Amino acid sequence: MDATLSGRQAGTGLIAARKPTGRVSDPIFVGILWTSGIVVLLLLGLIIAMLFEGGLPAIQEFGLSFIWSTTWNPVTEVFGAGVMVFGTVFSAVIAVIIALPLSFGIAFFLTEIAPGPLRRPIGVAIQLLAAIPSIIYGMWGFFIVVPLMAAYVQPPLIEWLGPLPIIGALFQGPPLGAGMLTAGLIMAIMILPFITAMFVEVLESVPPMIKESAYGVGATTYEVYRNVSVPYGRTAMVGAIMLGLGRALGETMAVTFVIGNATRMSASLFAPGATIASTIANEFPEASIGSLKLQALLELGFILFVISFIVLALSRLLVRSRLKG
Amino acid sequence: MASLARRRATDYTVKAISVGFAALSLVLLAWILWTLVARGLPALGPHVFTHITAPPGAGGGLLNAIVGSLIQIGVALIIGTPIGLMCGTFLAENGRGTQVGNAVRFVNDVLLSAPSILIGLFVYQLLVVPFGGFSGWAGSIALAIIIIPVVVRTTEDMLNLVPIGLREAAFALGAPQWKVVTFITWRAGRAGIVTGILLAIARAAGETAPLLFTSLGNNGWSLSLDAPMASLPIAIYQYAASPFEDWVALAWAGALIITVGVLTLNILSRLVLAKMK
Repeated sequence: MDATLSGRQAGTGLIAARKPTGRVSDPIFVGILWTSGIVVLLLLGLIIAMLFEGGLPAIQEFGLSFIWSTTWNPVTEVFGAGVMVFGTVFSAVIAVIIALPLSFGIAFFLTEIAPGPLRRPIGVAIQLLAAIPSIIYGMWGFFIVVPLMAAYVQPPLIEWLGPLPIIGALFQGPPLGAGMLTAGLIMAIMILPFITAMFVEVLESVPPMIKESAYGVGATTYEVYRNVSVPYGRTAMVGAIMLGLGRALGETMAVTFVIGNATRMSASLFAPGATIASTIANEFPEASIGSLKLQALLELGFILFVISFIVLALSRLLVRSRLKG
Repeated sequence: MASLARRRATDYTVKAISVGFAALSLVLLAWILWTLVARGLPALGPHVFTHITAPPGAGGGLLNAIVGSLIQIGVALIIGTPIGLMCGTFLAENGRGTQVGNAVRFVNDVLLSAPSILIGLFVYQLLVVPFGGFSGWAGSIALAIIIIPVVVRTTEDMLNLVPIGLREAAFALGAPQWKVVTFITWRAGRAGIVTGILLAIARAAGETAPLLFTSLGNNGWSLSLDAPMASLPIAIYQYAASPFEDWVALAWAGALIITVGVLTLNILSRLVLAKMK
C-alpha cells in the first residue's frame, strides 16, 4: 500500500517537474554546475590580478626597467628582474634541449620498436618519472647529481671545450657542480615524461594507411618515422615541446636545490644562477609584509605568470588545433 | 638516394639509440628510487611516526609533519573536490561547444601546468596578508587550487566516455538533469572520477612550493588550522638543506614516505583506469 502510494507520488512529482516547454532541466543543479565553471574561470583572473596588484609598487618604484635591470641588491633595496628572467629562460631552454632528443627516441621506441606487451609497462614506468614530487628531484640532484657533475662531468668539459673560441664561454669557470647545466639536466628528466606522452599520443593518431604507403615503397622504420609520422604530427609536437618548456619555466623546488642561487648573470653553463621561482622560494622568508623586497618578489611572480601563461596558451593552441583538424 | 646498406645501417643505429634512451629513462627512475631506499630506509624507524620534529640530536621524528600534511590534504579535498567535480561535469554536460565551456577548459589547462609557487604567492596575498598570519587554512586552500584542475580534467575526460545513449534514455524517461547526472553519468563514470581524486591527492601530497608562504611549517605539535601548520614536504625541505646529519637522514626518510605514497596512488589509479577501459 505504502509502496504504491509513494510510487504514485514520485510519478506525479516527475510530471510536475516537467516544464510546459518539454525541456527537462532544473535551474538549481544547472546553476551549481555553471557557478563551478565560472569559479574556475575567475580563479585565473584573480591570480593574475592579485600578483599584479602586489607587485605594482615595485613597478612604480623602478619603472618598467625592473624587467631587464640586472641589479638585485636587498641591502640597498635596488631590485631588477633581469638576472632571474635570464636564468629562468636559460635553464628551461637547456632542459628542453636535453629532453627533446630523448623524447623523440623514447616515443620512437614506444610506438615502433617495443614489442606489444612491453609498451604499456615501459610507458607507465616513464610516466612515473612525472609523478615523483619536485622536492625529491631536488634532494636527489643536490646529494647525488651535483657531486658527480663537479667531479666527473664539468672538469673535462672545462678543460676540452673551455679554450675554444665563442662556444668556449659556455664552458668556463670553476666546476662547482651546482649551476645552470645541472638545473637544466634535472628539469629535463622532469619534463621528459610530459613531452614523451604527448608525442606518443600524436604519433598513434597518424593514420596507418599513410605509414603503410611509405612502407610499401620500401622505406625503413626510421624513414617512416622521420618523413611521415613526425611531419604529420608536427604542429601538436611543437605544442608538446612548449608544454615542457612551460613546466620547466615554473619549476621551483628542484631548481632551488641545484642552481646555486647566485644573483649574477653569466654565460657559462656551470655558473650558479637563479630563476624567478628559485628566487621567490629563497628570498621570501627574509621579506617582511609591506617591504619593497616583498613587492619586488610579487612582481617577479607576475612576470613569471605572464611568461608561463603565454607559453602554455601557445602550447594548448598548437595541440588542440592539430587534434581538431 | 643513399645505398640500401647505408639506409639500413641508419635505421639500425637510430633504433639502437632509441632503445638506449628508453633504457636510460628506466635507469634514471630506478636510480632515483634506489637512492631513496638506500638513504631513507636506514633512517626509517618507528620514531619517525611516533615523535614530532625536534632539535638536532634530540631524536625527533616527523609525526607532526605527517599529520599536518594529512589534515591539509584532507581539507583541500573537502574544498577542491566538489568544485572540481562540478566544474568537470559542467564541461562534459553543459559546456560542450559553448564559448564559456571552451574558456573554462582553456583556463583549467593553464592552471594545471601553472607554476605551483605562484599559487602559493596568490594565497599569501589573498589570505595570509589580510588575515595577519600563516595558517593551515591558507595551506589547505593553496592545495585545493592545485587539486581542482586535476579533478576537473579527469572528470571531464571520464564523463565524456559515458555513452550519450545512457543519458538520452534517462532524459526520455523524464528525469531532470540532476537525476541524470547523479544517478546515471556519475555512476557510470565513478571509477574514472575516483581515479582523478587519487591523482589529485598524489599531486597535492608532494607539493612544497605552495605551502612555503601559506602554512609555513611548524616545529611544534599543532592541530589548529588557524595557526602555522607543519607538512611533510616543508619538513623535508628544511631538513635536507640543514648541516645536521640526523636531520638530513630524517629528510630522506620523509622523502621515501612521500614517494612511496605518491607512486602507489599513481599506480593504483592507473589500475582502476585500465580496468575501466
